[in-house]
Amino acid sequence: MMKIEAIIQPSRFESVKDALLEIGIDGMTVTEVRGHGRQKGHTEVYRGREYTVDLLPKIKLELVLPDNLVNRAVETILKSAKTGKIGDGKIFLSRIEEAIRIRNEERGESAL
Amino acid sequence: MKRMCILCCCWLAWVLGSLPTHAQPSPASVPATAASPEVPKAVTDKLNQLEQKVTAAQSSADNAWMLVSAALVLMMTGPGLALFYGGLVRHKNVLAIMMQSFALMALITVLWALVGYSLCFGGSGPVIGNFQFAVLRGVGVLPNPDYAATIPQLTFMVYQLMFAIITPALITGATAERMKFSGTMLFMTLWFLVVYAPMAHMVWGKGGFLNASLGGKFPTLDFAGGTVVHISSGVSALVCALYLGKRVGYPKQPMPPHSLVLSVIGACLLWVGWFGFNAGSALASNGLASSAFVATHFGSAAAALSWSVAEWLRNGRASALGAISGAVAGLVAITPAAGFVAPLPALLIGLLAGAFCYLMVTKFKAIFGYDDSLDAFGVHGAGGTIGALLTGICAQAVVNPIFGDGKPVGGFDGNWGQVGNQLVGILTAWVLAILGTIVILKVVDLAVGIRVPEEHEIEGLDITQHGEEAYNLEA
Repeated sequence: MMKIEAIIQPSRFESVKDALLEIGIDGMTVTEVRGHGRQKGHTEVYRGREYTVDLLPKIKLELVLPDNLVNRAVETILKSAKTGKIGDGKIFLSRIEEAIRIRNEERGESAL
Repeated sequence: MKRMCILCCCWLAWVLGSLPTHAQPSPASVPATAASPEVPKAVTDKLNQLEQKVTAAQSSADNAWMLVSAALVLMMTGPGLALFYGGLVRHKNVLAIMMQSFALMALITVLWALVGYSLCFGGSGPVIGNFQFAVLRGVGVLPNPDYAATIPQLTFMVYQLMFAIITPALITGATAERMKFSGTMLFMTLWFLVVYAPMAHMVWGKGGFLNASLGGKFPTLDFAGGTVVHISSGVSALVCALYLGKRVGYPKQPMPPHSLVLSVIGACLLWVGWFGFNAGSALASNGLASSAFVATHFGSAAAALSWSVAEWLRNGRASALGAISGAVAGLVAITPAAGFVAPLPALLIGLLAGAFCYLMVTKFKAIFGYDDSLDAFGVHGAGGTIGALLTGICAQAVVNPIFGDGKPVGGFDGNWGQVGNQLVGILTAWVLAILGTIVILKVVDLAVGIRVPEEHEIEGLDITQHGEEAYNLEA
């Protein structure tokens, strides 16, 4: 089992979600987050006072998948989340030791 | 029959002639022709009846407009100012700032009924009123011909009350996000009695030494409150900001407005409400009201434009906050001028006020480093001052012959001395606001304290002062 954490542009979220759905992945956890990598923020001016906003709104997707689906999912996200501009986000992969379905205490990949 | 026709013509001419002045202190006596002995009694009776009906019709029209105007001016405080200011603070302080405006609607009303109206409009002293109308004694449906001869004094009283409510509410823009609620209420009570009441009496009250039409020594032109409302509140706001000190984290920490959407709605309500404020100050539904209505609208539009252009030139963008701030600055500046200036000078006043207030808010404040949180001074103090000055320059007898028929009014009429009178009015408002506010702040600070503790300020005034939150998103 692997966990995919993808931090993407909010504007790309709908297409990423649809693309994942198309390859049969319909479970995910989505969070609105703020952050920045190499992308610089922007400045806002209120009555002459300038603020640099360097934490920008992003969407974080979290998916835990059986190993055989991971590569396809990553490719799908890469394709659908890319705009080619700085600020498109990142994908992190990590190994998951166990998954438990709360309703019936199923364990392992069948709990996903 | 022929005689009756002539009589009717005379009467018609007299009625038409008297309509535009709208200032008949009491129903005038029957015209001389009608009183001559040859006229049958039935005719004079009929004429008297007609005359009463004309007076009643005029009173109905004026009263309808003035009641609507009073409601419009109340709408400027709540929701207008409450939303305008509410959007500009951080989300942890939005209820506190709105509550201050709302609480003033209640507090000032009670004070007004007890002594406020009387201190502003009772008697004929040069500086402050007396207790003639305390607890509204003698204030009923009969007009008070000193001020408004065609509307019930109750209407005049409640209309003026709405001005007394919004004026202290404007100050809360400078004390926002750090002043205690208890301190605010005590401050406003004292400020209303010590600063607002004398200021209103001096400029608008009978015998007030700045009154332009009722025997003032230095007749100051202030149609709807440039000195009484905006300079007094704006300058007091600056004193409050200096006394309170800066908010925790200012100016390093970002303190952007939490919802400009609220502020835009608030500014639009202020703009609409201001028609009641300025056009209503004609105290009648007449041509002067139309003139003030147009000047108000033109001043606001021009200032929204000039502030936006100034911002565009400096930042490369015109912001929504800039446009609405400009509109309010224009409304402030046109307030003293509204009933004295023609439409094009109103545009000029707006253009100048928008650019001037923009500089005050962005440059002047940055140079001196005071924390006038929502720019109560930069908009109302500065806008009121430039507006009062420009009123002396732009006022014209053709719009409002306040000094008598044929007499010049402002600089455009050649009466440049009026600018001097305006300066006396402006100076009086500044001095009274500064001295009064310093003393009151000291008293309030000793009595109940004026600033919230630092940890309360960081947590936000909504929770610490009122025990509630504006946005319970999980609820």
